[in-house]
Amino acid sequence: MFKHHLKLLASTAALLLAANASAQAPLKIGMVVETSGAFADFGMQMMNGARAYMKAHGDTVAGRKVELIVKDTTGVPDVAKRVAQELVTNDKVDFLAGFGLTPSALAVAPLATEAKKPMIVMNAAASVITTRSPYIARVSFTLPQVTAPMATWALRNGIKKVYTLVADYGPGIDAETQFKKTFTAGGGQIVGDVRTPMRNPEFAPFLQRIKDARPQAVFVFLPAGEQAVGFMKGFAERELDKAGIKLIATGDVTEDGVIDAMGDAPLGVITTQHYSVAHDSAENKAFLKAYAEVAGTKQRANFMAVGAWDGMAAMYEVARRLNGNIDGDKAMEVLKGMKIDSPRGPLTIDPATRDPIETIYVRKVEKAKDGKLYNVEFDQFQNVKDPTK
Amino acid sequence: MSIPTQAARQIPVAEIVFWLVLAAGFWLWPSYLPLASQVLIAGLFALSLDLVLGYAGIVSLGHAAYFGVGAYAAGVLASHGWGEPFSGLLLAAVCAGATGFITSFLVVRGKDLTRLMVTTGIGLLLFELANRLTDVTGGNDGLLGMEMRPLLGTFRFDMYGKVAYGYSLAVTFVLFLLMRRVVNSPFGLSLRGIRDNPGRMLALGYPVHRRLIAMYTLASVYAGIAGALLAQTTQFVGTDVLSFNRSAELMVMLIVGGTGMLYGGLVGAAVFMVAHHYLSDLNPSYWQFWLGAFLIAIVMFGRDGVLGACLRLMRAWRVRAQKAALES
Repeated sequence: MFKHHLKLLASTAALLLAANASAQAPLKIGMVVETSGAFADFGMQMMNGARAYMKAHGDTVAGRKVELIVKDTTGVPDVAKRVAQELVTNDKVDFLAGFGLTPSALAVAPLATEAKKPMIVMNAAASVITTRSPYIARVSFTLPQVTAPMATWALRNGIKKVYTLVADYGPGIDAETQFKKTFTAGGGQIVGDVRTPMRNPEFAPFLQRIKDARPQAVFVFLPAGEQAVGFMKGFAERELDKAGIKLIATGDVTEDGVIDAMGDAPLGVITTQHYSVAHDSAENKAFLKAYAEVAGTKQRANFMAVGAWDGMAAMYEVARRLNGNIDGDKAMEVLKGMKIDSPRGPLTIDPATRDPIETIYVRKVEKAKDGKLYNVEFDQFQNVKDPTK
Repeated sequence: MSIPTQAARQIPVAEIVFWLVLAAGFWLWPSYLPLASQVLIAGLFALSLDLVLGYAGIVSLGHAAYFGVGAYAAGVLASHGWGEPFSGLLLAAVCAGATGFITSFLVVRGKDLTRLMVTTGIGLLLFELANRLTDVTGGNDGLLGMEMRPLLGTFRFDMYGKVAYGYSLAVTFVLFLLMRRVVNSPFGLSLRGIRDNPGRMLALGYPVHRRLIAMYTLASVYAGIAGALLAQTTQFVGTDVLSFNRSAELMVMLIVGGTGMLYGGLVGAAVFMVAHHYLSDLNPSYWQFWLGAFLIAIVMFGRDGVLGACLRLMRAWRVRAQKAALES
């Protein structure tokens, strides 16, 4: 009899332990990012940003150990969709996160809806993304959101005639449209526009045309990286700055990751964006320190790493508020209206659109004491929303 | 030597087993069905390239053009409210076939190097067109709002990829049977003749150009259907369906598998994509190095691809077994 009881007790204890263990199952975050191909940098920045957050804030939240499962999309949306499917059905992740490129995010959106998985967009910037699934929240920015303030700032500072130059693809056209809209609505005049090809663009003829048109400024949107470097070199060689033409752009052109490769050409360029490594705050210092511990100091962090850091912050907060039991619908309720003390400054997830509301800074490229170039913030627009929604 | 047409009539056991294993995929690899259906689609696409490269001797680095046209045809149809899968396939076949027919005149004219350039050019042109025509294709952001209706009115495309797998397998199987018939028909044999010696075939009175155009058009139809399958099972189309990278990877898959051997495309797609998947899971950053090494190793050990190497090994083993039997 006694033996029987003992057995019962033992098995109950075992059951309890098992139940407890399952409550302690790891919190799985499936990261769908580009880690190879032309956009490998995007994935590296995001991966390192996420790991930096785990390094700084511990890898356990609400009693669950955080497990990051990274999958490479190679920049192709059908691969993104497939790896996301595997993350949901095989790995049983609690969150989908990452997404450097818009097509990848759009391809996965219907899956987030079907699986009721919260999907945290850490970078992709096309305005439309959050409308494609109620389970998407974005912690990065939208392109119109950083473009409109540039137009407003230009108008306020006596610039009335602008020539626009954008890369000829979706985001470039979005930037051009938004800039023209805000600028002409405020009484400015667009004296010319040009769209440059995505493959091996040669900027010299375009720059000459711009120089001949004699605008007060040229507004530029180009994808971060090589194109921006090529453009800056051409801009300096053709001496547009000496002809009195100002260069205004979105932050992509003087992005922190590539600015060092541009020589002194970008000095004085004015851009608008939501993040600069030169941002002066305790949160940013903590971020940069953790980032350097994870990724070394060779490569500078950029806004994508910040997006990943904030995405992790959002997911940690959801886990805490739900005591570690992640339910898609409840998670979205927590995410709507969430406030995050981001390295970029205050960030709120708009409860209506699930897009970020944040400060957009006006920055000027300056050389710091260490001899390196930085985007130094000197003006700001607070609580900027995506103007297209 | 046996005449190929006779060989085609008796279907070897190995082939039956091959398709049975694929059909058993629902139970053999239930958690990898999304990957498996993309392997089948890539395999079907590789069959299409095999038709032109392996059987007609036309080198192409722009085959994604027809794949992309098919994908967009099916995608645009579905995003305009007609999400019935088979009609999407049909439209894709027609559009890709028409594109293939028109462009074939440019391709067939030249020799290997010019063909390489012309096909690459066609691919790049269509890519740029898709990028520009944002009203139709969604441009760089991709085509939005594809809503697929359930297959045959009952099977909804699920996130585990069961329906997608069954659908891709059925379509690939039917098209494979058709291809088998075509390449072993007198038409197919004449193309092999053209591949090996076009001057001789011309002298024998074969309409070389017309045959090549017919084969190229047929291959475009195959590529278009593969593209449509990918669009429908992913429920998204981006400009990358037309990318040069897709054409180049396709060529690699086919060569890894083996050209002109019917199964080369399917085997190559499976080897390439499974290796890709496995390696990129091991290390998401540096897997391309290992994939490269792996591909080089394959080509070093088997000049005629994985399938060719396997067949040679089997033949050698059989010869040795026969010898042993004789000696004893």
